[in-house]
Amino acid sequence: MSAVVQVRGLIRRFTRKGVLDGIDIDIAGGEFVALLGRSGSGKSTLLRALAGLDHEAEGTGTILVPERLSVVFQDARLLPWKRVLDNVLLGLTGPDRQARGLKALDEVGLAGRENSWPYELSGGEQQRVALARSLVRGPALLLADEPFGALDALTRIRMHALLRRLSEVYNPAVLLVTHDVDEAIELADRVVVLDDGKIVADIRVALPPDGIARRERTAALQHELLGLLGVAVDASTSPYARSERIPA
Amino acid sequence: MNAPFPQLVVAPPRHFVPAQAAPSQQPGLRRLGLGAPLAWGWVLGPGLLLLYWSVLSATGWLDPRILPAPWTAVETAIELIRDGRLQDNLAVSAWRAAQGLVFGTTIGVVLALLSGLTLLGGYVIDGLVQLKRGIPVLALIPFMVLWFGVGEGMKVTVIAVTVFAPVYIQTHAALRAIDLKQVELAETLELSRWGFIRHVVLPGALPGLLTGLRFGVTASWLALVVVEQLNATSGIGYMITLARNYAQTDIMLVGLVVYALLGLTSDAVVRLIQQRALRWRRTLAS
Repeated sequence: MSAVVQVRGLIRRFTRKGVLDGIDIDIAGGEFVALLGRSGSGKSTLLRALAGLDHEAEGTGTILVPERLSVVFQDARLLPWKRVLDNVLLGLTGPDRQARGLKALDEVGLAGRENSWPYELSGGEQQRVALARSLVRGPALLLADEPFGALDALTRIRMHALLRRLSEVYNPAVLLVTHDVDEAIELADRVVVLDDGKIVADIRVALPPDGIARRERTAALQHELLGLLGVAVDASTSPYARSERIPA
Repeated sequence: MNAPFPQLVVAPPRHFVPAQAAPSQQPGLRRLGLGAPLAWGWVLGPGLLLLYWSVLSATGWLDPRILPAPWTAVETAIELIRDGRLQDNLAVSAWRAAQGLVFGTTIGVVLALLSGLTLLGGYVIDGLVQLKRGIPVLALIPFMVLWFGVGEGMKVTVIAVTVFAPVYIQTHAALRAIDLKQVELAETLELSRWGFIRHVVLPGALPGLLTGLRFGVTASWLALVVVEQLNATSGIGYMITLARNYAQTDIMLVGLVVYALLGLTSDAVVRLIQQRALRWRRTLAS
């Protein structure tokens, strides 16, 4: 498949924070890429560059992104003065926008909540509205900046399943910024690891469908990625290391 | 009874709580937020003042030549309504205040938008408004008369100039305080500039605008008093000035009470608008 995102020699410097030091990356249409990295590795900077939100940045390089592009932030960023449906419809044009908005809300499991105020929703529900708001535009590229970072563990698991299902339905290319190794492996086709503004690894996840082989591959990836992130994995205590010894 | 084994007694556990226990008996945390507000709670303060005034008048502590009793005011008001003077003057005054309020609020909001959303506007407008704030309305009036004459135009202008300052300042402050995250959201949703103003800026600045409007409404009545007592042939202020010339303290008092009621009513109206328009907020008072 041809690349919908092409980044070449991207360099960004900020006076405040974040640097990118020569990034080259391609993302194919419909491909799910997780961008993994420590705090300050530049992963959010790259996402903001792709989203066109880095007005005050200085730098060079070329970025090619599709015109239909949506962003999901770590916080849901619902406008508190708009009801749920109006938040979803914000900036959306077209005669059938109302129907599309309702359909998107239904898809994220919030049918019937269209007239609620944002404050009446839980954190997970608010993030689902944000997801509906970004998907209703039918994006060719979905940029997600740690979208589940502020959610509790149980809600996060449900959101993972929801995002996977919806990305199959809408089939956008996805760039998911995260620092959660398990999230990256579970959701992505490809994991790109960023360190100090450079891409240090680009790994195909390719999980086998079968149970045990899948678990082994997962554990190997966890080990590799945690190593790349500079987290020392102690074989005697780490649950990741232990899971590698599951008898075949 | 010599039972071979100790009798088995099923005793309630130590921390047994009867199912019927009223929830109110359980120790709770001290509530720091306010309870549910009463709809007419704000009447209490003015009501107490009225009571105090009535008691002083009834007991003779208050000389009616200094301040007539509340019931005298009511009687005079009824007389004034019978011969139509009160409602005629009230209508004139209210119309002046309303015009001034509409113009002043519009100018305040437009200037706040210009100065809040463009850098150049901020440099030009904000300084000028701060300068204007330093000049009391009373000091402006001679020039206003010079520029606009002594007619209705001058009166409405004075009121509008008084109203616009608080509206501008509060709206501008709220507008500048809009979260950058919401601006980013508007950018990613590719809202037009007008869409950004309509969906993000105006609703975000609305709490400030309404606060400014509350100050503005009160200020509009103050400005009204000044212009009507200065040079007018109608209106509540004129009625008071005329009564002063004939030492009719009861009519003066009615005028004052009318001003107070107008201030209170208009403030209540703005507060009602606030409640309705800001339903999306959850605050200490909601």
